[in-house]
Amino acid sequence: MLAEQVLSQFEATGVQTCFHGRHINPQIYADLNGSNWHLKDYESRGGYQALRKILAKNSGVTADDVTASGMTPDQVIAVVKESGLRGRGGAGFPTGLKWSFMPRQYAGQKYLVCNSDEGEPGTCKDREILQFNPHMVIEGMIIAAYAMGIAVGYNYIHGEIFKTYLRFEEAIEEARAAGLLGNNILGSDFSFQLHAAHGYGAYICGEETSLLESLEGKKGQPRYKPPFPASFGLYGKPTTINNTETFAAVPWIIRNGGQAYLACGKPNSGGTKIFSISGDVELPGNYEVPMGTPFSQLLELAGGVRSGRQLKAVIPGGSSSPVLPGSIMMDCTMDYDSIAKAGSMLGSGAVIVLDDSRCMVKSLQRLSYFYMHESCGQCTPCREGTGWLSRVVDRIENGHGHVTDLDLLDNVAENIMGRTICALGDAAAMPVRAMIKHFRPEFEYHVEHKTCMVPLYV
Amino acid sequence: MISEESKVRFAQEVAKYPVDQKQSAVMACLAIVQQESGYVSAESEVLVAEFLGMAPMAVHEVTTFYNMYNQQPVGKYKLNVCTNLPCQLRDGGKALKHLEHKLDIKMGETTPDGMFTLQQCECLGACADSPVLLVNDQTMCSFMSDDKLDQLVDGLRAVGDK
Repeated sequence: MLAEQVLSQFEATGVQTCFHGRHINPQIYADLNGSNWHLKDYESRGGYQALRKILAKNSGVTADDVTASGMTPDQVIAVVKESGLRGRGGAGFPTGLKWSFMPRQYAGQKYLVCNSDEGEPGTCKDREILQFNPHMVIEGMIIAAYAMGIAVGYNYIHGEIFKTYLRFEEAIEEARAAGLLGNNILGSDFSFQLHAAHGYGAYICGEETSLLESLEGKKGQPRYKPPFPASFGLYGKPTTINNTETFAAVPWIIRNGGQAYLACGKPNSGGTKIFSISGDVELPGNYEVPMGTPFSQLLELAGGVRSGRQLKAVIPGGSSSPVLPGSIMMDCTMDYDSIAKAGSMLGSGAVIVLDDSRCMVKSLQRLSYFYMHESCGQCTPCREGTGWLSRVVDRIENGHGHVTDLDLLDNVAENIMGRTICALGDAAAMPVRAMIKHFRPEFEYHVEHKTCMVPLYV
Repeated sequence: MISEESKVRFAQEVAKYPVDQKQSAVMACLAIVQQESGYVSAESEVLVAEFLGMAPMAVHEVTTFYNMYNQQPVGKYKLNVCTNLPCQLRDGGKALKHLEHKLDIKMGETTPDGMFTLQQCECLGACADSPVLLVNDQTMCSFMSDDKLDQLVDGLRAVGDK
């Protein structure tokens, strides 16, 4: 037996966490089984019909169930605007609006970039989209490129999911061989070249301007904004960057219409959303549900809190979003407005669940270490501040905290927030402030008693 | 020394980018070097720099900025265990401790026989699969209970250098 064979036994090919069948009206994860990711499978699910629909007029290609009139780029953008689709990478910016920022008449090269650098703790949805439904992302990117008049695109993939990167490259080749990518797509006058690039382990490269620096072959350090990528992006050219899940949503929208997508979710949060649920639930995994689904229902889909324990806290949108007590979360619905009203962010849709055996100081200790480790070092408040936060939380957890430490943490966090080029500084500060705000007695207990008030935590 | 086969792969990566932007392929080229040699040496940085028309220091900046490049030789199998919060909640930390005990080394160390290097790592983007570890930057092993960790280590030891 070879080492490859030994290793392959431990790759979770048969037990991926999106194959549980407990989605609600899935669009991206619908009908996937792990092996039906090829072009022919995707087409049998209606794949590339949206592309054929928009190119119908100038290619002469018609499909039985689509209009033969085609769509203009403006019409495509209008449908995406109508759908209420918001960026799935974390910021939630309206996608159609972002697309309309691209200068249509720009004479030179423009670029389209897919952000698949998924490294936010808690988030693991894009990996499964790329692994099991890569053509949906490719089709979404081709449609986006058509809408914005872009000829070249890149998908920047998280370095640690190397085999998913290889899968995506294979899918690109399939699409290219079928005339769906490259010159004169489907016989039309529209051409689009798509390539995959992979990162090599830097969380900061999920930030769009860092990602561009990285694609340019440099350290992934964020750029000042403005200028925004729409005017000064990759190689200084106009560039649009969207998340993997955002692109994957586009084919369904074009096929079924903006109103139909909007109707799947809520007025300010159209469509379905994939929530990655991790931590103390019975069945961690990716769950695709309509926007606005009650958190309680989502928790139920994931089998509820593990071992029948009580829900203590939830980090609702990836590790950078402020933690919320379980009681507040149980009253929330999973959409941008509801979570924001409760004092946090929907973010990337990564739901980290903590039960009543968990110590919040220890939890924060690990998160603060992460932000210290991943700070790119460019801005002093972040470079120095994240380390400071991490060391103070560390000493509280280890029984060496001072009575003034909680105020110190708040002060340091306040002095990082809003004072850095990118949002990593804010991302490091927000969990600290939210943890202390909602669970202050635990921190005080640690300082006073030099030990944890939740001794069950291991 | 970079093999001819690797140079072919370099060229494939360079072809993805505009002709005047060859340096965009630097991360992929360094990854190919690492796959071939196990780590990125100062000498190979210079060779990559020559191939891409970059300053060697610009290549070195990339090697040192990204976590996955090995700047020193590592064991035949580099095991990266995620211990970030979502994984910590589902025994990621325990998995690392189990491997420390099993391999009789501390995090960051390499076994005396040169077979295994054990590292803690940040988010692998597979949070629902915890405990999860990445072997040699490429193979993601999921739901790694203590039993499965034992099987993995014993299995790799058994095949030795094959």
